[in-house]
Amino acid sequence: MDTAATPHSNYLTDGYGIKSWLLTKDHKRIGLLYLISVSAFFVLGAVFAGLIRLELLTPAGDLVESDTYNKIFTMHGVIMVFFFLIPAIPSILGNFLVPLMIGAKDLAFPRINLLSWYVYTIGGLFTLWALVNGGVDTGWTFYTPYSSAFSNSNVALVVVGIFINGFSSILTGLNFIVTIHKMRAPGMTWFRLPLFIWAHYATALIMVLGTPVIAITLVMVGAERLLHLGIFDPKLGGDPVLFQHLFWFYSHPAVYIMILPAMGVMSELVAAFSRKRIFGYEVVAFSSLAIAVVGFLVWGHHMFVSSQSVYAAMAFSLLSFLVAIPSAIKVFNWSATLYKGSISFEAPMIYVFGFIGLFLIGGLTGLFLAAVAVDVHVTDTYFVVAHFHYIMVGGTIMMYLGGLHFWWPKIFGKMYHQGMARVSAVVIFIGFNLTFFPQFIVGYLGMPRRYHSYPPEFQLWNVLSSAGAAILAVGYAMPTFYLIYSLVKGERAPANPWGAKGLEWETTSPPPTHNFDTTPVVTEPAYNYVK
Amino acid sequence: MPQTQILPTQASTMAPQVDALYFFLVALTAFFTLLISAFVVYAAIKYRRRSPDEVGKAIHGNLKLEITWTVIPLVIVLFIFGWSARLFFTMARPPAQTLDIYAVGKQWMWKFQHPDGHAEVNELHVPVGTSVRLTMTSQDVIHDVYIPDFRVKADVLPGQYTHLWFRATKPGRYHLFCAEYCGTNHSGMGGWVFVMERADYQKWLAGSAGQGTMAQAGERLFKDLSCITCHREDTTGRGPTLVGLYGRAVNLDNGGSVEADEVYLRESIVNPRAKLVSGFQPIMPTFQGLVSEEGLLQLIEYIKSLKALPSNATGAPAAPVQAPAGPGKK
Repeated sequence: MDTAATPHSNYLTDGYGIKSWLLTKDHKRIGLLYLISVSAFFVLGAVFAGLIRLELLTPAGDLVESDTYNKIFTMHGVIMVFFFLIPAIPSILGNFLVPLMIGAKDLAFPRINLLSWYVYTIGGLFTLWALVNGGVDTGWTFYTPYSSAFSNSNVALVVVGIFINGFSSILTGLNFIVTIHKMRAPGMTWFRLPLFIWAHYATALIMVLGTPVIAITLVMVGAERLLHLGIFDPKLGGDPVLFQHLFWFYSHPAVYIMILPAMGVMSELVAAFSRKRIFGYEVVAFSSLAIAVVGFLVWGHHMFVSSQSVYAAMAFSLLSFLVAIPSAIKVFNWSATLYKGSISFEAPMIYVFGFIGLFLIGGLTGLFLAAVAVDVHVTDTYFVVAHFHYIMVGGTIMMYLGGLHFWWPKIFGKMYHQGMARVSAVVIFIGFNLTFFPQFIVGYLGMPRRYHSYPPEFQLWNVLSSAGAAILAVGYAMPTFYLIYSLVKGERAPANPWGAKGLEWETTSPPPTHNFDTTPVVTEPAYNYVK
Repeated sequence: MPQTQILPTQASTMAPQVDALYFFLVALTAFFTLLISAFVVYAAIKYRRRSPDEVGKAIHGNLKLEITWTVIPLVIVLFIFGWSARLFFTMARPPAQTLDIYAVGKQWMWKFQHPDGHAEVNELHVPVGTSVRLTMTSQDVIHDVYIPDFRVKADVLPGQYTHLWFRATKPGRYHLFCAEYCGTNHSGMGGWVFVMERADYQKWLAGSAGQGTMAQAGERLFKDLSCITCHREDTTGRGPTLVGLYGRAVNLDNGGSVEADEVYLRESIVNPRAKLVSGFQPIMPTFQGLVSEEGLLQLIEYIKSLKALPSNATGAPAAPVQAPAGPGKK
């Protein structure tokens, strides 16, 4: 590879020029490139969220025009789903940790890994271009025939942006699968793998199998829009509901692309801060695969009111109930891991408790939506908005931040302020609940989503939600400051500040360019905490 | 400022049934959230780390426990599935006797047509205690009729019909929303459903007698478009007779058969070759684009009025629309 690392140099000091970053093949540096791009998109998406909550403070649509509001929630959704939630954990933490955790020098295809970051960034820039050029107003779901024949906004540009971005997912997924199969250190058998790796393996399968479907679906939207091929528009002989089938065939599994890596982080954190093997390791590992497989068979639950046949609705309802089981099992196993553990309360563990709370509410409210008879009433209302924010945003963000705090000392070799970090975890938890819990209530009352103005009797719940969003913003801003501060003034981190198990803690912090001075040999199961 | 509520009003026969399942799910969610949270808090305190080099007890798992917490949730979700499925069948299947009203959605308004010819925009008047069935379509993008206080919702699609039924139980005024995002003024695409006592409803119908019934308007179209040339009252036409067609099974030339419902009738007008009636030539031209969605609904209402009685053949009975008696008490 590039240069031979001297014993005391690490991947951060191995070259300083801009070229040493933009042409790097080091998975750790690429992880950091992703950290920068993904964080930038998160800030942008959060600004849009703030504007939404500001507009909804009052029932009348008085802050911005309806068209503008529609563009704001569309861009919030597009950016947060495709450019933050999907890449956050796999592309940042996964990129950094998969090789380290299995005792490899790098991912199997370092150049493809770098390519994936460029593809992501180019896709993102396309989307930003569309935004600067006037935005897009279809909602992140791009339902036809509105998107293909009626919208006057930049649908084609955004579709191209997401299409390009999809390849970054596919390439990352491919890289993970090959790496996990072929590059494990001697003795690192499948059942000695950290659960983070199992979760990323399951995620990678969905990325490789699912992403092409959304890519080709969006191409069809573009083709109908630009070439007037009749695919979805009934006026051209197409079927508008076909789009929804294709879209959700990817976009439901996409939720598992977001949450499975979060579950992987969760397993690592619970084990490390209980100093204990995860209860029922094999069950937790296989439940990730079960979620990945069954997750492909439930897309119809997004379409219970879209003229689906009664029996199709029944089948999708049943499968949706079944996909809840492996998730429930995981929660039970994580909780049981605490039993007779040695529990400490550093910041990442505070995020663990927050995750359990949000995941329980998010998961259990999923049962309401799997129950068709209740779903008919609450689908397309704020109840759904609340549910999916709890599960895919609450779950993913808590574990993205929890994981970032856990591995920060490893990534940068610096310690951050524990007290501040604990407080920020609590502030985020409170802000999150205040933002989204009232939305369950206003959703059951019947407030539809994507409404620029709403009846005045819904105002109280919206004001509470907006107040929560303000607290949440403070919670998100705090880590930005103390984490960056730690880079400058932070204490030097030892190789293993938490006393955790796992190969990544056996190398120095930050790790050398090739991760390990000598190839590790694994002789024990994961999380083998013994005195 | 209107009263802030925690729960929506129950204004249809469906509402209390949906709410019952909802309350069960709320209780279940609260129970498991509290149970697991309590355990986590208890364990976190009880097993907090007491010395820096302490480690947890090596427990690898417990098969019996794993099976227990797989089977219990499985039983619970299957129970919820059964409950919900039963309720959904009621929702999805309107009773045999319904008052049929037609809805057309377009960016950004709702048009409703009553069989007696009454048309209204963004308002829907219905009698209390009567099963009302909406047949709905869209002129442009996908919309969705949503009446929260009735707990009913259904997408309204361009190019085809969807249905929704309800039986209102409480006179009053209820929100009507469009629940499928449809562009600029999506949040303005709504209005009110007025539930009236039956007598008031009759008065309201009589109050503004229109230009004849929907069926009469349909009959005029039927003549103007020369449908009558081929579709005669007897069996001498080049096309099949439409008398007594609605609701009957039609034999197709591919050997299959289809029930002549609104969806089939619409398709046969705009895309006549999609399903050919056995024994007839595919000579009918398409009427796609020649008839508005409202016109199609009027034609269908006319065809529905052609009961298998000879006296009806010359025109739709201008029967005053009565709220049908409804299919018995629940």
